[in-house]
Amino acid sequence: MSTTPQSTSTPRKILVLGATSGIAEATCRIWASQGASLFLVARNAEKLAAVTADLKTRGASYVDTAVADLDDTDQHPSLLAHAVNSLTGMDIAYLAHGVLGDQSEAERDFNTAAQILHTNFMAPVSLLTWLANFCVQRHAGTLAVLSSVAGERGRKSNYVYGSSKAGLSAFLDGLRNRIDREGVTVLTIKPGPTKTAMTAGMPKSEKFADVDSVAESIVSAIDKRRDILYVPFQWQPIMFIIRNIPERIFKKLNL
Amino acid sequence: MNQYPVPMPDPTATEEATSPVQAPFESWGRYPTYGAKLLPLHWQSDFPALTANLHNGALPVGMGRSYGDVCLLKDGNLLVTTAMNRLIDFDPETGLLTAEAGVTLAQILDFSVPRGFFLPVTPGTKYVTLGGAIANDIHGKNHHTAGTFGRHIAQFELVRSDGSRMICSPTENPEFYSATIGGLGLTGVITWATLRLKPIVSRKIDYEGIQFHGIDEFLDLTNQAKDIEYTVSWVDVTSKGRNFARGVFMQGDHSAKKDDLKPSPKPKLIFPFEAPGFALNALTVSLFNTAFFHKQIHKRAVALQDYEPFFYPLDKVLRWNRMYGKRGLLQFQYVIPWEHAKEGTVAILREVAKSGLASFLAVLKAFGDVPSPGMMSFPKPGITLALDFPIKPDKSFPLFQRLADMTLEFGGRLYPAKDAAMTAHQFQSFYPQWEQFARYRDPMLTSSFWERVTQNS
Repeated sequence: MSTTPQSTSTPRKILVLGATSGIAEATCRIWASQGASLFLVARNAEKLAAVTADLKTRGASYVDTAVADLDDTDQHPSLLAHAVNSLTGMDIAYLAHGVLGDQSEAERDFNTAAQILHTNFMAPVSLLTWLANFCVQRHAGTLAVLSSVAGERGRKSNYVYGSSKAGLSAFLDGLRNRIDREGVTVLTIKPGPTKTAMTAGMPKSEKFADVDSVAESIVSAIDKRRDILYVPFQWQPIMFIIRNIPERIFKKLNL
Repeated sequence: MNQYPVPMPDPTATEEATSPVQAPFESWGRYPTYGAKLLPLHWQSDFPALTANLHNGALPVGMGRSYGDVCLLKDGNLLVTTAMNRLIDFDPETGLLTAEAGVTLAQILDFSVPRGFFLPVTPGTKYVTLGGAIANDIHGKNHHTAGTFGRHIAQFELVRSDGSRMICSPTENPEFYSATIGGLGLTGVITWATLRLKPIVSRKIDYEGIQFHGIDEFLDLTNQAKDIEYTVSWVDVTSKGRNFARGVFMQGDHSAKKDDLKPSPKPKLIFPFEAPGFALNALTVSLFNTAFFHKQIHKRAVALQDYEPFFYPLDKVLRWNRMYGKRGLLQFQYVIPWEHAKEGTVAILREVAKSGLASFLAVLKAFGDVPSPGMMSFPKPGITLALDFPIKPDKSFPLFQRLADMTLEFGGRLYPAKDAAMTAHQFQSFYPQWEQFARYRDPMLTSSFWERVTQNS
């Protein structure tokens, strides 16, 4: 038998929501190579199948999937119950779904703005309500959630998206304050621009974060049970400065 | 209508760009440079779904490691495949790995080495995609025993701009199999491929380096090393007289002694800036070449070496091509068949030495007689030599043309993946089958290379 990289202990059980997004997929590859058990949720069946084949090939102990539109909050309880039954438990829930949305359209049309807020804020709140109570009952588990540096301060270029993430980050702060003492870890992940195929070959793209390094940081932050992760770490001081620019100056900036 | 600023790219958003982005895309030689639009392909279904309304043609590209303009399309659309990099299946009994075409050889090695498998053929950098390796039908230090990369591709899927999809193998759609291997990305988009990996028990290579003086000694060493899997030589093209065509013959086999098969560490060094134009000149290159020759103090040196420095010495420094400065570098690689291999190589080496144009990293190798599977594959039996020059407009191009014409006279040909300067006449003489190949080209796909070498001369 050839040697394959496997973790030593029993495989971790991980629920991934929005599993076909770039960062989620890169993170899952690391978990798969460690031999984790995964339950993947995404909207598109074909993409989900491609990701599933990849993770199985890389060494995941078990992969099950569900095709679902997470905007449909009514379905959340049954979806989540199905997932934890399939995994026979859950050590980590990783919330990675979200939309950037069309800012200029959202400025004209409230329905567009409401849709962004629903996908990026209401839907995670619904999922986290169920998941937090599940974990609190067991006094164990980690809820790792992709928020964004865009939620640190509203900017004219994407404040609808930013405010959805600001709301999410605030919700996570409060949730952590409530359930950390119950033995449940809440990790808020705030990534900066990441190197993707879109930036391939651009001279400055090496200054962008590599998606695999971002994923490694996320896996490591979960293992260390951290509270908040800026990734790459440079975004922490950058956002500190941006948060502290006086409003009378900030309002005139083109950000 | 108000103009709204473009939102900062946000990695957490699942919506992917569906319209191309104007952005620079460089080939590894950084010459020529053309504007193009980049359209990333994330999923196997993205082509041709995302390209319905594109103008000015398109070209699938990977890591941009080819040197000239086979990976460029002036004012066109580059379909960047590197995000389409999933594994699909691996069978540890047979070593057959099926993966999407944007996966890099580095990513394959990270997966396969800890499982006891290695690439059947590897070029001098692992930062190329599977699709790119097929499209250029690349070769490596084991060409004399293993042939080209394409020989180890069991099958692949080719998608055409009309939406048709076909499985290509030596027995299924064999004409498209042959046209696509070495087909420079022009026959369609390769979505996935099945590659035959080979078992290893160690990361180590049993290495031996031997100094030689002149082409005769090189040919003797080549003959003696017939049964050794990997052979390649570095040759000093700056020295004349007594030291003419001196070099180091490097040979190696995968170690048969079981050892730890851990994954490779990540490279940390990046060449940090563009070197000024004068940094590489006749003196610095001659010093480098002399130092390289004498680094090996004895005529023979043996070592048990990790595969990384053996196969990928330059991958340790990311973006080393910046060493050549802003103007970039010009590569020249020929193969001359055995009939004229020796006289041709000596004549070309003399011409290079006479020109005084600096070149290091001159690589000499004898190709074996394993047939290449591609209609347009570069390798054939004979001697191949690869050189690179910093670009000096008045000097590099005239020298290149002299060398290309000499190659033609000696019955050889040049390697499109390394080329930025051959003329249409030269190309059509090197590859008289080009018109037959053109029948398999996808009407949407073209490259700056193809436009250049197929124009009426």
